[in-house]
Amino acid sequence: MSKRFIVSAESTPKLPRHAKLRFDKARDKWIILAPERVFELDHVAYEVISRCDGGRSVEQVIDSLCEKFDQVGREVIMTDVTNMLQDLADKGFVVT
Amino acid sequence: MSDVIEQGTKASATVPVADRVVPYALLAELTHRCPLQCPYCSNPLELERSSNEIQTEDWLRVIDQAAEMGILHIHFSGGEPTVRKDLEVLVEHAGRVGLYSNLITSAVLLTRDRLERLRDMGLDHVQVSFQGTTPDIADRVAGFAGHKKKLQAARWVRELDMPLTVNAVMHRQNLHQLPDMIDMAVALDAERLEVAQVQYYGWALRNRAAFLPTREQLDEATGQVEEARSQHKGVLVIDYVVPDYYARRPKSCMGGWGRQFLNITPSGKVLPCHAAESIAGLQFDSVKDKPLAWIWEESASFNLYRGTGWMPEPCRSCDRREIDWGGCRCQAFALTGDAANTDPACELSPHRDVLEMPLKESNAAAPDFIYRRIGA
Repeated sequence: MSKRFIVSAESTPKLPRHAKLRFDKARDKWIILAPERVFELDHVAYEVISRCDGGRSVEQVIDSLCEKFDQVGREVIMTDVTNMLQDLADKGFVVT
Repeated sequence: MSDVIEQGTKASATVPVADRVVPYALLAELTHRCPLQCPYCSNPLELERSSNEIQTEDWLRVIDQAAEMGILHIHFSGGEPTVRKDLEVLVEHAGRVGLYSNLITSAVLLTRDRLERLRDMGLDHVQVSFQGTTPDIADRVAGFAGHKKKLQAARWVRELDMPLTVNAVMHRQNLHQLPDMIDMAVALDAERLEVAQVQYYGWALRNRAAFLPTREQLDEATGQVEEARSQHKGVLVIDYVVPDYYARRPKSCMGGWGRQFLNITPSGKVLPCHAAESIAGLQFDSVKDKPLAWIWEESASFNLYRGTGWMPEPCRSCDRREIDWGGCRCQAFALTGDAANTDPACELSPHRDVLEMPLKESNAAAPDFIYRRIGA
């Protein structure tokens, strides 16, 4: 039986086997497909999710985002990324 | 069947009304054949015979057209979809064109080998229906001794590392098993539990007095679902469908007529919802005659109740008209005789009093089932 995934700096998040990240031509946006659910990703969500490959830690994901968005403070990025990943994990879109 | 569409970085975002409406999901009813005889079956009273079923090549063409239109999910359903020998071919094709495939099954005909084959062909997800948590109740409701086989098949799904949804159809005769059903879903290692209380169309409407729970039963169940959601947060997603007879506002049926969803019957007719054939006088186009995109965009049946232009009062001036879309057309027809009326599940409906009798019946003794059979 699985346990709730609590997101931390060391965890290495990825999409579960049943969720698929793909570009949706008809709607012109990135989406995650899961059973009976479609999660439409905005620009920020895509930047985060596309870095969650099961190899990189949350810390490394944040590092990479800080490089790309260097005008945003690290604290802000860290809070946003952690909250977003926890929210997605609780909905079954992200596992460790 | 209502796909949940979530947007952005927060789950509470609502879906904006797009200029061009692109459907999200296709329910492919491959057949009406099924060994079960559930008295709440969502198939129409007039069941389609196997000789009327469209062929493999028709379904392959439809799958291509669906992907081209921007449909994302395909649900292989029935009847019991595993009676179709071409299921593997259809699943493989759906994966090839990028559709997310879901098998909605009673599971009683599945073998481990076939499940493995379906997985290898790219099946993304399996949903197994349960009629209770014990054979005495589950098999009596299904009219078929299948409960043990369902449990076995659900375990195979997880052994084969496929995601599992437990679909629990609940009503006054099994609602006391809800806590056990939640435990069963967790023990089966399901990702998702659908607590689907019976909705009253077709067969279920005939059997309404045998199924509709009392307000007290419903409130108890709702409390149990809320508790389980917090207890199993991050482990089990629970979707909850309540009987809308107790609602103050109607459900956003199908996310609005012709907005997100389409259904194809075993004979190839394209419907805005699986119960739409219950509305007398409507004509539905077939995939044998027209392209799917034409039917979605141009056909009379899809445009009849699309948007808000068809609405009478109190819907027309209601600030929720683009939230619940007037509720359910099939229910409005079944309960008031006119599909263009406000759904009586809305407190503001001038026909709200039609719900008084069924709510009274829910407190009386339950009558015998009328089982789903051809010619019943």
